[in-house]
Amino acid sequence: MIIQGLAFYLFSIIAVFSAVMVITARNPVHSVLWLILTFFNAAGLFVLMGAEFLGMLLVVVYVGAVAVLFLFVVMMLDINTLNLREGMAEYMPVGAAIGVVLFAEIAAITGGWMLAPEVEAARAQPLADPGAVSNIQALGNIIYTDYIYLFQASGLVLLVAMIGSIMLTHRTRPGVHKQNITAQLDRGRTVELKKVSTRGGI
Amino acid sequence: MLTIGLSHYLSVSAILFVLGVIGIFMNRKNVVIILMSIELMLLSVNVNMVAFSTFLHDLVGQVFSLFILTVAAAEAAIGLAILVVFFRNRGSIAVEDINQMKG
Repeated sequence: MIIQGLAFYLFSIIAVFSAVMVITARNPVHSVLWLILTFFNAAGLFVLMGAEFLGMLLVVVYVGAVAVLFLFVVMMLDINTLNLREGMAEYMPVGAAIGVVLFAEIAAITGGWMLAPEVEAARAQPLADPGAVSNIQALGNIIYTDYIYLFQASGLVLLVAMIGSIMLTHRTRPGVHKQNITAQLDRGRTVELKKVSTRGGI
Repeated sequence: MLTIGLSHYLSVSAILFVLGVIGIFMNRKNVVIILMSIELMLLSVNVNMVAFSTFLHDLVGQVFSLFILTVAAAEAAIGLAILVVFFRNRGSIAVEDINQMKG
């Protein structure tokens, strides 16, 4: 129990600290790297809660795909990092005020709620005994049966996102000569054969 | 203190969410950081879902967390694609330069 508590505090403190660094880092590349650290520690929290599959998914999807995508885009855009923080001091009071108000509201809700007595009976998919069936197996048992339509729909969402981002970023550059075999073969008679008389020349 | 309950996880997720909101308000020169703040907020929602799923012994929260993960990945891809197109047209990614659709 003590180790669990210490691990919780370790993961959550590093996650919060690196989230602070994400929004305050001077260089966007550093921001992305701090974001990766946040994701890793959140994955640690997931594992601590017993959601191993989602923890691994967080590492694979977020760190492996999303954060690398961010890194690509940040490095591809030629941003002037010098004046990036110009308006920060100006907007900081507003952001901090809204943050404080929002946190106070969330804290008020978190401190004042309690579970309804019938919540135990209302569980849709009761968590199995951890020793009997692993987390990934329990998840697979319901994703592929009860939630199959939602699962397929989320695959469709990813497909649409893929097509959309390719459509958005695709462009035909002017002045680039590419091979177009059909057009090249259909050029018609631009080369003709001539019968040249011997010693006569053309 | 060392017995970790539901409220501990909810506090962490609330702090992460508020940091995401503050990040959106603070960074007016760089839309990439705003997208990262949105990712932070989605992550905190995921932590919330998994925490409730664990402490209420109901697996559906983790399924929803999976779908949130999908939508977050799609959102990041589309957002960054729009950002790349915008940078190509405008040469800047500051928030105040995004006004071309204003009448």
